[in-house]
Amino acid sequence: MKMRDASFIGKAPHRRGFLAAALSLGGFTLSGCDRVSNEPHARSLLGAANALTYRVQRFLLGAHRLAPEYGEADISPVFRANGSTDPQDDEYLDLADNDFADWRLKVDGLVEHELSLSLEDLRALPSRTQITRHDCVEGWSCIGKWTGVPLAEILSRAVIKPQARYVVFHCADTLNDGSLSDDPESIRYYESIDLIDAAHPQTILAYEMNGKTLDIAHGAPLRLRLERQLGYKMAKYVTRIELVRSLAGLHGGNGGYWEDRGYEWYAGI
Amino acid sequence: MLAREMTSPAAAAPERRSLARDPPVEPRWFRRHSGLVRVTHWVNALCFILLLMSGLQIFNAHPALYIGAQSDFEHPTISISARRADHGIKGETMLFGHAFDTTGVLGVSTTDGQLTPRAFPSWSTIPSYQDLATGRRWHFFFAWLLVLNGLAYFIFGFASRHFRRDLLPSPAELRHIGADIIEHLRLRFPRGEAAKRYNVLQQLAYLAVVFVLFPLVVLTGLTMSPGIDTAVPQLLFVFGGRQTARLIHFLAASGLVIFVIVHLAMVLVSGVWNNIRSMITGWYDLGKQPR
Repeated sequence: MKMRDASFIGKAPHRRGFLAAALSLGGFTLSGCDRVSNEPHARSLLGAANALTYRVQRFLLGAHRLAPEYGEADISPVFRANGSTDPQDDEYLDLADNDFADWRLKVDGLVEHELSLSLEDLRALPSRTQITRHDCVEGWSCIGKWTGVPLAEILSRAVIKPQARYVVFHCADTLNDGSLSDDPESIRYYESIDLIDAAHPQTILAYEMNGKTLDIAHGAPLRLRLERQLGYKMAKYVTRIELVRSLAGLHGGNGGYWEDRGYEWYAGI
Repeated sequence: MLAREMTSPAAAAPERRSLARDPPVEPRWFRRHSGLVRVTHWVNALCFILLLMSGLQIFNAHPALYIGAQSDFEHPTISISARRADHGIKGETMLFGHAFDTTGVLGVSTTDGQLTPRAFPSWSTIPSYQDLATGRRWHFFFAWLLVLNGLAYFIFGFASRHFRRDLLPSPAELRHIGADIIEHLRLRFPRGEAAKRYNVLQQLAYLAVVFVLFPLVVLTGLTMSPGIDTAVPQLLFVFGGRQTARLIHFLAASGLVIFVIVHLAMVLVSGVWNNIRSMITGWYDLGKQPR
């Protein structure tokens, strides 16, 4: 028995061969993973898991369950601003110069009544204040207090047509990461959500953060809060809300700026 | 299913012939692993390596870990960063307030022949280049597969009494732990009859992996999802906030990496082909031995 043990231990060349084989196999699978990552069918197969996540989470969450809310003491001393933090678009700069007095939120698309709302109009509507955790897709979290109009309040005034399926947010900021080399035109940020999220009580268009008027770094004058999903869904500098039947006609057709750059449309995970 | 003893057709014939003259011989071939354990083992192995590497890709998007609900950016518990040094750049890993120079592997590593700021090196991530969106696709696809595979294994493990029979050490086995450690350190492993059961160190390691590390890594992963936090806010309480959950996720994954390294080393030194064969075909060679 002991001899047998020793014979196994003594087979160093075999083991080295095995290790070398394992390593070269590892190298092969590594470059294979990069190839798979760029192959459209494989990408959509991998993405199918997200469709499953969307269904399961919708089932678990229901329409009305609220994201956890925090206390005043939990508010982050420094709330990181990500993506666009200081838009240089001329139209935006002009509006900002005038403290957004001439700014209007347009609501159009598949609605019975198109709307054009000033900040004063929005502040006159019912509001909701919530202290929530903001989770960035990168991995970090910050807690902030947000005050704004529930999106449902606006949509109930515009009256959604029955064909409408998605709410699209058009923004004032150009965010060009340079990854779309074939796109010479600058692209303003855009996002979209489904009507279940649009009707959720915590889905608000915020004009205040931590008790003060929303600042430019965090999306002034108006940004979306969508507390059950990740930060990139929460469009900043929102200027237009459009109700649509399908997301196919929106830029790359995936429903958002980052979605057209490979990120998932449903960002509850 | 360790306890089932069978004689493979190949081994049976010579034994039957020798019965007449020689003393009785124990069956040499032993069916060590059931089909379900073997299949779930390899699916799990595939999922784990891909989850680990895509996880490192995701970690690289914000290579810092915190305690609590939120990120105290100035005081991470663990972080990997690159900083300017007298000659070029240096990789620095901070662990609980202590800084380590990890240039070449963590913080700064070679990509396409050039020293590049990068938390985990290119060879350890999927994809090999920086791409959070694609890393997340890999991660969530194989997370689903890992969980479904794990559920099949758990149901089987309880229903077939595999856990109780093979993984749960008996009091006698537990008392033997000191001797087992010494035997392991001398690289001497059970043969024959004793090899039919996992030894107590194996049992404890497998129990820790099956009932602690994998459940921990899955639950803390779920706790990072804002959707799941809405459905099951108790998870935030159990793990001490989303950022603590992210820290535990990283530590549990590190624990699994350590387990896999030791596991592979043990597979190599305790009879590599016999071990691999038994995890592929089920059959383990107990060796020739008179009763």
